[in-house]
Amino acid sequence: MALIELAGIERVFHLGDADVHALADLNVSIESGEYVAVMGQSGSGKSTLLNLLGLLDRPNVGTYRLEGRDVTTLSPDEQAAVRSQRIGFVFQSFHLVPRLTAAENIALPMMLAGIPAAERNRRVAQALKDFGLENRHDHRPDQLSGGQRQRVAIARATIMQPAMLLADEPTGNLDRATGDEVIRLLEVLNERGVTLIIVTHDQNLGSRARRQLVMEDGRLKHDSGADNRRSVSADFSG
Amino acid sequence: MRTADVLRFARDAAAGYPLRTGLSVLAMAIGVAAVVVLTALGDGARRYVVDQFSSLGSNLVIVLPGRSGTGGFSPVNAVTRTPRDLTIDDAAALMRLPSVRRVSPLTAGTSEISAGGRLREVVVAGVAAPYREIRNFQMAQGSFLPESDWSRPMPVAVIGASLRTELFGNQPALGQFVRVGDRRVRIIGVLKPVGQGLGMNTDEVVIVPVALAQALFDTNTLFRILIETRSRNHLEEAKREVAAVLKARHGDEEDVTVITQDAVLATFDKLLRALTAAVAGIAAISLAVAGILVMNVMLVAVTQRTAEIGLLKALGAQGRTIRMAFLAEAAMLSFFGALAGYLLGQLGAFVLRQMFPVFPAYPPDWAVIAGLGTALSTGLIFGIMPARRAAQLDPVQALMKH
Repeated sequence: MALIELAGIERVFHLGDADVHALADLNVSIESGEYVAVMGQSGSGKSTLLNLLGLLDRPNVGTYRLEGRDVTTLSPDEQAAVRSQRIGFVFQSFHLVPRLTAAENIALPMMLAGIPAAERNRRVAQALKDFGLENRHDHRPDQLSGGQRQRVAIARATIMQPAMLLADEPTGNLDRATGDEVIRLLEVLNERGVTLIIVTHDQNLGSRARRQLVMEDGRLKHDSGADNRRSVSADFSG
Repeated sequence: MRTADVLRFARDAAAGYPLRTGLSVLAMAIGVAAVVVLTALGDGARRYVVDQFSSLGSNLVIVLPGRSGTGGFSPVNAVTRTPRDLTIDDAAALMRLPSVRRVSPLTAGTSEISAGGRLREVVVAGVAAPYREIRNFQMAQGSFLPESDWSRPMPVAVIGASLRTELFGNQPALGQFVRVGDRRVRIIGVLKPVGQGLGMNTDEVVIVPVALAQALFDTNTLFRILIETRSRNHLEEAKREVAAVLKARHGDEEDVTVITQDAVLATFDKLLRALTAAVAGIAAISLAVAGILVMNVMLVAVTQRTAEIGLLKALGAQGRTIRMAFLAEAAMLSFFGALAGYLLGQLGAFVLRQMFPVFPAYPPDWAVIAGLGTALSTGLIFGIMPARRAAQLDPVQALMKH
């Protein structure tokens, strides 16, 4: 069973009189544990796809199955519950709450999920250790470097042990070295079994993923996974 | 999300914007402080009047002839003729009651007084010696009517302060003889000025022994019997006993009315309470304004923190959680505003009491409770709209804001 199954997805935005097809005729399946890069020009629909995968947005047409369950028709609160348990977000601009410390930011998803404070503290302490942030736990975001901020954000995204990580240009606001460091961190998480989906327009970054989805004008222009599968099946048939 | 976490989150959010939070707390505080101080003033006025009345003899029971349903004083009562009149003997009989400390008969009427060629019309009050203590009169000169047999028409008089000035100017009044009606009486005392009280101007009255007044007006009836009870707690008992004694003396007929000064006081009390409530109502308008300010501040907060709300939604916060967080923040602003306002108001009332020690400016409990309650509920009610707006934000749109 695929982790993610998108079938016949369409997403239309109404801008004035015009209908903009942000996504059209999208059929994608992503297995658990995959490392996928979604690439394309700005306006190609890659961010819309990420929002859709993250249940922040819903398609006009089509079905989205997450772990075999149709999540397209869930109510906003049910979708929030799925986000809380199964999906972790990493944003380009980190989206840390400025008034909260690093530890509090990491604990935020657990607080929203109603996990008791003792359990939260235990898991936050472990996360701080795992991400090398032990001596930064009581620093506020403005006292952290860009790389540290993104590490706090990744710690926050993984603290609920989600099935997939959705990263939107995770290195966009970082210099090359720090960006590489963050990507390596995400790749390590992927090696441990988390499905990783990165949206980027950076070719280098995209080529590191095992599978590339290239978007253009809301359509899937190229899916390297499909090529592989085709070549695999070709091998078998040949 | 756990309640403790909601409160902590809201507290941190409010603390994160000190100026905004401070201003809305201040607005709420001013509203509550206004209610507290203004009602303290209003209720202080009420207490002041009640205290003044009490010093005139709060343990007062008054017997008037005739069975009238209405309490209080009216000139009409003075001319009402009743089947059986009050007499000096009736008054004397009341002295034996255990709940009664002092009794004085009162016969009143108008007559002329003349001295040294000056003549004017005056109110003549025929009373007995205990009248001075009952009414708390202070003597400026001389002495009050002597203790004596009430039926003896001694030719002496005590006059009010302004009457003394009118009749004698700078000349000594004590020991002087004046004419009251057709009687010649000697001035034995002058009252200290007190002003208006119980329906007559005490400064312009001539007080003579009751028997003399009765002779003057050619009557053997009384206008009132004034009774001072042993304590405030004896008022009801005295009222009952007095009614019973007079009923027995009047051939088992209830032909007198017994009232307490409480009835008069109650009227003033009611009036000033209404005034206090009106003032509280005016002050409550500032609370409504403060509530609207809290709403404004919360709307600004929702706009300022749109990205944060988007993030919370992405992290799995349900609409309810976000609503609760913003509502809790609005409630906190109102609560701490109300608390600060309460303390500020109590301080203001304290300062008033220090400046005017005779004026008991304490805010009444109902006003404090109503003020705090209004503050909290307006804060909450006006917090609902911004909280709903926050909960309804589209997460994708919200996340794009920075």
